[in-house]
Amino acid sequence: MQREKMMKKKMPYLLLGLVVLFPATAAAAPSGQALAFTCAGCHGTDGSSVGPSSPSIAGMDPEVFIDAMQGYKFDERNSTIMNRIAKGYNDEQIKSMAWFFAKQTLRLKPQKHDAEMAKLGAKLHDEYCEKCHEDGGKPGDAGTLAGQWMPYLHYTMEDFVDGRRDYPRKMKRKVDAAIEAEGDRAIPAMIHYYGSQH
Amino acid sequence: MTEINRRDFIRFATVAGASLGFPQLALAANPKVVVVGGGVGGCTAAKYLRKLHPQTDVTLIETKKVYQSCFMSNEVLSGDRTLDSITFDYEGLKRHGVKVVIDRVDAIEPDKKQVVTQGGETFAYDACIVSPGVDFKWDAIEGYDEKVAEVVPHAWFAGPQTTTLRNQILAMPEGGKVIIVAPPNPYKCPPGPYERAAQIAMYCKHHKPKAKILILDPKDKFSKQGLFTQGWSKLYGFGTENSMIEWVGAAGGGTVEELDPSTMTLQAEIEEFQGDVINIIPPQKAGKVAFASDLVDGDWCPVNKLTFESSKHKDVYVLGDASSAAKMPKSAYAANSQAKVAAAAIVSRFNGIEPPDPTFVNTCYSILGEEHGISVAAVYTLDKSSNTILPIKGAGGLSPMNASDQQRKREVSYAHSWFANLIDDMMM
Repeated sequence: MQREKMMKKKMPYLLLGLVVLFPATAAAAPSGQALAFTCAGCHGTDGSSVGPSSPSIAGMDPEVFIDAMQGYKFDERNSTIMNRIAKGYNDEQIKSMAWFFAKQTLRLKPQKHDAEMAKLGAKLHDEYCEKCHEDGGKPGDAGTLAGQWMPYLHYTMEDFVDGRRDYPRKMKRKVDAAIEAEGDRAIPAMIHYYGSQH
Repeated sequence: MTEINRRDFIRFATVAGASLGFPQLALAANPKVVVVGGGVGGCTAAKYLRKLHPQTDVTLIETKKVYQSCFMSNEVLSGDRTLDSITFDYEGLKRHGVKVVIDRVDAIEPDKKQVVTQGGETFAYDACIVSPGVDFKWDAIEGYDEKVAEVVPHAWFAGPQTTTLRNQILAMPEGGKVIIVAPPNPYKCPPGPYERAAQIAMYCKHHKPKAKILILDPKDKFSKQGLFTQGWSKLYGFGTENSMIEWVGAAGGGTVEELDPSTMTLQAEIEEFQGDVINIIPPQKAGKVAFASDLVDGDWCPVNKLTFESSKHKDVYVLGDASSAAKMPKSAYAANSQAKVAAAAIVSRFNGIEPPDPTFVNTCYSILGEEHGISVAAVYTLDKSSNTILPIKGAGGLSPMNASDQQRKREVSYAHSWFANLIDDMMM
């Protein structure tokens, strides 16, 4: 986490973007588009996954994308396959993919969900999550929750709760409070809420 | 994002990018591309040509009305999915403006830059993509040919033979024996025969627990071997006396020389094996049209890996299993990745600019049990000086050995995502 914070400070976005526009090492570098095209077999054409569990990455905030990829690359984030794939890219390539996906429109598909649970989840989201995951969890300053594939959200929460992924203190406090209020159904309810959006 | 507004930046980036764009050279207004073969390579190339350069006139010619994916077809053998669930029509490609012609092409004519179909239609092209997949070397195992394969199926193309093999397994006696004859390298889907053994075992475990599955292999090692061995042990007792799966490699006499279909007996190098169901996956080479069009050197088609243009004929591009694309395996994901590189290179040619630097990925899942998935992945770069596609060191590789049950279970669900997204990306 320390490394990620330092990286954020060192990377003003204007500069980050200019690197993409005027790549100094253009001579032997696949474009962000070419790199991003290779992701489609699992994450869908232009990053909109058709499911059932690999996450959509279209429309992601570049900072969130870079954090995720660096986290996988350095084995700081639990994964099945992404840690192996992320190691194939350097910082410039990760940045250029981030900007490619940021520009793509997220296309969502309906998912089977429990309406009652989704209703409870909506309430919990508003109370505990909305402050950071704005607009019901739409892509923004935090990871995409709204319309995200439910099994992926389930795996992610399992990893946070079971200590396999660095759990931000503020998030832990909020999730714990939601569990305090609604018990074991709190997390599934929120997942049903996110899955209900499309 | 706090420093500047992200959306404003993207707007700026897009405008600046457009003004910096390469000049469009005036070519024919609608360059023509003919794609021969409606598998992963051909479909992906057709879709991405239209996506990258919408004025391209793309015609895809395929013999079959529907596409049936080989990837995930082993799951049909276990009964975990139906053949219908891996069958797709070409309507999605049509929605992208691809003209789809159901007809057969015997050979393309590189000198005339045209393709004539068996139905008598002629298609002129500026660029031709040939993506025929593999064909079998029928003379490798005595007594086994195309006719015999109707009763002793290869099931290495998904379709009627997948159903035949499934039905034979269902009809097999309680303690019956299935023999899978694995092919020598190189062949399409390197882990396929071993996943197949696991999928058949998955069915037998529930319905015919005394059944045996024997793999006869002309190789001494195979793809994901450690992970398969571990998974087979965990799920099917591999390595014990009661193992449902047995593997005999080359050193143990696994090379099969002859089939006697009347007695369902295989003559291997050292001894004979008799099976209730026999599945022979023959040795492979590039598809027929590649041979008929003078695109091969040996068994496969040499290409310039910067563009996938044939080394033998200008303006002809060979993708996927038929191409000689070492060190990428012959897999669906590889064909999908190569097709995008070829599409970008062809569009660059239409625009009169150098082809872009390529990048490739391969990802391949195998499902050994209801909750047991494994994978292999690689990120590749092109070494232009040796025309070799090299895996990036330190990246890719196999699922870890001894992974938790939870990880193996997640890999099954990601395998299903990989299947759905690959199909969607190539033809929807």
